[in-house]
Amino acid sequence: MNDKKVIWKRKPLIKNRLLRIGLILIISTYLLSVFLTTEIDWQRILEGIPRGKNFIFAFFPPDFITRSDEILAGVFESLWMTIVATIVGILISIPVSLGAAKNIAPKFVYFLSRGVITLSRSFQEVILAIFFVKLMGFGPFAGMVTLSLSTIGFFAKLLSEDIEDINKSQAEAIKSTGSSWFQWVNYGVQPQVMPRFIGLSLYRLDINFRESAVIGIVGGGGIGSTLNTAFDRYEFETAAAVLIVIISIVMIVEYTSSHLRKLIK
Amino acid sequence: MPIIKQKDYKTWKKFDRKRDLQNWLCWFLGTLIFSFCFGLISSKTIWFYVFDSHNEALDLLGRMFPPETNYFFTLIKPIWDTLNIATIGTTIGTLIAIPLAFLSANNTTPSKKFLRPLALFCIVSSRSINSVIWALLLVAVVGPGVLAGIIAIGLRSIGFCGKLLYEAIEEIDENQIEAIEATGANKAQIMTFGIVPQILPAFTSISVYRWDINIREATVVGLVGAGGIGIELDAQIGDLAWAKVSVILLAIVVAVVFSEWITAKIRKAII
Repeated sequence: MNDKKVIWKRKPLIKNRLLRIGLILIISTYLLSVFLTTEIDWQRILEGIPRGKNFIFAFFPPDFITRSDEILAGVFESLWMTIVATIVGILISIPVSLGAAKNIAPKFVYFLSRGVITLSRSFQEVILAIFFVKLMGFGPFAGMVTLSLSTIGFFAKLLSEDIEDINKSQAEAIKSTGSSWFQWVNYGVQPQVMPRFIGLSLYRLDINFRESAVIGIVGGGGIGSTLNTAFDRYEFETAAAVLIVIISIVMIVEYTSSHLRKLIK
Repeated sequence: MPIIKQKDYKTWKKFDRKRDLQNWLCWFLGTLIFSFCFGLISSKTIWFYVFDSHNEALDLLGRMFPPETNYFFTLIKPIWDTLNIATIGTTIGTLIAIPLAFLSANNTTPSKKFLRPLALFCIVSSRSINSVIWALLLVAVVGPGVLAGIIAIGLRSIGFCGKLLYEAIEEIDENQIEAIEATGANKAQIMTFGIVPQILPAFTSISVYRWDINIREATVVGLVGAGGIGIELDAQIGDLAWAKVSVILLAIVVAVVFSEWITAKIRKAII
């Protein structure tokens, strides 16, 4: 150290050298195996570039007018679907989230509710929609059922986490007055989770609208159906218009919902 | 919280009369909106099918069981593809999200008037288009296959990671940066030694979280032809091979639970 310059070096992120080298090795073998196993057809991509260009140019100029009735009908249908599905989904989620909170539910109910949540979270809205469209026929009702069921996974999971974090002494104070179970939940638990509850509902409203644009592709009604029809008719100008409408509505909904959530906080 | 005097005793109520009335009005309006919307939906519904759906469901379940277990071995490759779509897509998404996040955070952006709104626009538009729609567009451009899925997932991840990351950058501790600045560090050094270490935990947990979401999303981009297990699902539903469909659904549940477990492990290790 005496004759050498003292240089400071940043500490490595992972202290254990073996682990560090091991991780790098694992990651590089993984990347290599990905490159070896995925078939990427460069020929097709080269062919696709001019086709893609045509495809993208076919979107311009967006045509709002020719199918304006259908676009409007789709947007409104999506809106009704979103509102009803969010409300129904939340109503179902409330008992599920109470059941999925460790500090409230008995073990048996806890595992049952967690199972429901995991199941609802595992399947994307689109997959659920395929099945409900098959069961209930085309149209917004199937879409609404899909959205309500997938609301459960999201809403109940986050709400139950909040219920688990409540201040115990407040809840106990209510219990010590000799309240029944329902009174205890209503006066001891509910006021504590209310801000989160409202925030989550607004957030889910926003997500449900976004998802309603997709489930229409498999027959669940709403603006997604309009989009799909436009694609099927090769009316890309209309499709572009629908996409622009979706993006702008999502932006408006997201902006208002985040603004509202800030207000509530 | 008012106490109401009755003739001979007092009772406690949670809200006073005015607040009660307001609450009642809110509930009333809510119910009105709900029934209005539901009425519109029900006018477009063929109720016969809905009321018949339980028979249909039983029928479907009957066809799904017993699952065709042998079929699982043909699924290994699609599952591997799904995993790759999610992982590589997340990597690409986060790599693009990092510069965007630095451009759109209030305290690091080089130009508030021009670059910041542009970066924010990229983030928002990536977020508002679902990965299935991205995949629908990309399949037409690069052809059906894993690549379209990877790009679709990547594009969708940019918005999510970018948004959370720039919020994390805006919340960093300015004192630490000042300390680095006081040593005479240049801009790049401030970035690597002042900002990066502060957002690194947030960055890792954001990307792991997104990876978890992407595993789910990667299962569906195949429905429009963009690779992974979704292609199999679409094909088997098209063939009405429900015994195979149930195997695919099981595989999806297992994959999702597995990814959730890994995510929880990694997050615990970081925090």
